[in-house]
Amino acid sequence: MQWETVIGLEIHAQLATKSKIFSGAATAYGAEPNTQACAIDLGLPGVLPVLNQEAVRMAVKFGLAIGATVTPRSVFARKNYFYPDLPKGYQISQYDLPVVGNGQTTIAVDGEEKVIGITRAHLEEDAGKSLHEDFHGFSGIDLNRAGTPLLEIVSEPDMRSAKEAVGYMKKLHALVRYLEICDGNMQEGSFRCDANVSIRPKGQEKFGTRAEIKNLNSFRFVEKAINFEVERQIEILESGGQVIQETRLYDSVKDETRSMRSKEEANDYRYFPDPDLLPLEITPDFIETVRAGLPELPDAKRDRFKAAYGLNAYDAEVLTATRELAAYFEAVVHAAGSDAKLCANWVMGDLAAALNKAGLEIEQSPVQPDRLAGLVQRIADDTISGKIAKQVFEALWESDETADAIIEKQGLKQITDTGAIEAIIDEIIAANPDQVAGYKSGKDKLFGFFVGQAMKATGGKANPAQLNDLLKKKLQ
Amino acid sequence: MSLTSEEVNRIAWLARLAIDSDKTDAYAHDLSGILNFIEQMSAVDTSAVSPMAHPLDQAQRLRPDVVTEPDQRALFQQLAPAVDAGLYLVPKVIE
Repeated sequence: MQWETVIGLEIHAQLATKSKIFSGAATAYGAEPNTQACAIDLGLPGVLPVLNQEAVRMAVKFGLAIGATVTPRSVFARKNYFYPDLPKGYQISQYDLPVVGNGQTTIAVDGEEKVIGITRAHLEEDAGKSLHEDFHGFSGIDLNRAGTPLLEIVSEPDMRSAKEAVGYMKKLHALVRYLEICDGNMQEGSFRCDANVSIRPKGQEKFGTRAEIKNLNSFRFVEKAINFEVERQIEILESGGQVIQETRLYDSVKDETRSMRSKEEANDYRYFPDPDLLPLEITPDFIETVRAGLPELPDAKRDRFKAAYGLNAYDAEVLTATRELAAYFEAVVHAAGSDAKLCANWVMGDLAAALNKAGLEIEQSPVQPDRLAGLVQRIADDTISGKIAKQVFEALWESDETADAIIEKQGLKQITDTGAIEAIIDEIIAANPDQVAGYKSGKDKLFGFFVGQAMKATGGKANPAQLNDLLKKKLQ
Repeated sequence: MSLTSEEVNRIAWLARLAIDSDKTDAYAHDLSGILNFIEQMSAVDTSAVSPMAHPLDQAQRLRPDVVTEPDQRALFQQLAPAVDAGLYLVPKVIE
């Protein structure tokens, strides 16, 4: 039987506010346990939540970026369940009237574009953290994270493979970072997702029973967890069994998903409007102010990079992956004055490799855009060869000097004087009569030997194209 | 509509309420009475009325994104039955 995979994702993005969604406690990551958990976050009696304006603005920003409707009057609801990391006994969330409804985004997988529907995005509060080790029969609770604003982004079940799911998650990851509404730090849990996975016989319209895999916090885990889950469901169905609708947890060490039976029983959330919060009204004025402040979005930037700089789809995609990388590339092109493709090659090639090796982000690059541009200019005007350029790049990385200063100091200027190159070639021919005879008798491979000798004699500075031409002539 | 005693027990469990087993039938009777009353109201045609999210006809006031709460952990943890290394301790919640 041919099976088709159906995937929908619920992405949780922590909004990059300074204070919590309903209280004035700080949201900074990594503080001592419970030092950022105030009376409201602890759910002490008599406290009242007051909504953070910035969280609302960020949610609207996201809604506009995915072409969604922003609900003019949305409502907060209580989602009731008991767990110690949720001291109130309910999570403040949104249910039937979320702040953002019905948008979409386009992903590209294996060169094919696909539209993924986004059902809704709603505001809610994050829960605290439970630590289960080291407390002799107790769990330790840290409520610093309780009340951190989350935007939960719910997709349509539009994805058909783990690859598409990862493509969609990466797309949204880039988007929230472009919008500066989430830092996207997946290790710290700022951006994580639950995956709803089901399979059905190919051609069947009705969806199969789904399992929900909770709390996936890396792109790789999303892919592996979904692939495992699909295999598991195929095995069950092909051996005549039935998939149960349940919550599962992905174990990255064993690379498998496991049932979380204990949470099943509580799966009756009894949502109702939170009487502590009035409806959230968002005026057209507010929306227009937010719209006016939207940055250029990834898709638009990618298209502009193709049109304005003549880049291919792949280069444009890579260079617009983050706002910082795109800005760096544009600064290089601007400073170099031309040859965007050459700039792209250096940013995506040697610079990216060096940053990767040093574990640095683009904004921490020791080679600033204007200094890289200086190097690109000297390659473009044939002052140095591409090979020598790598040597100059290393020096740029290690020092604060300009490419020109390095070329001058180290005497790296390319030899383009025909007479000088010819003189060197003549010497080599005179010193290697055997190789010359061999070459002339048909051993074409020996050509490389002469190139090598000439490069050695010039310290790699002979213009390669010129050298090839002259060598050919001389050896005829 | 009338609730069974099983449903009453489930509702009590969801709300973490301890109820005496000999009172289950009485609760079932009383709660069913409330549900019947709601059913009676459901008979009214409200198709032209938009649902009300809150009895006050006002909108939510927003606060600026400013940190205003200082660290009061020491004070709050005086209320907790058990703490360790700054954490609140609770009976183990994972099997």
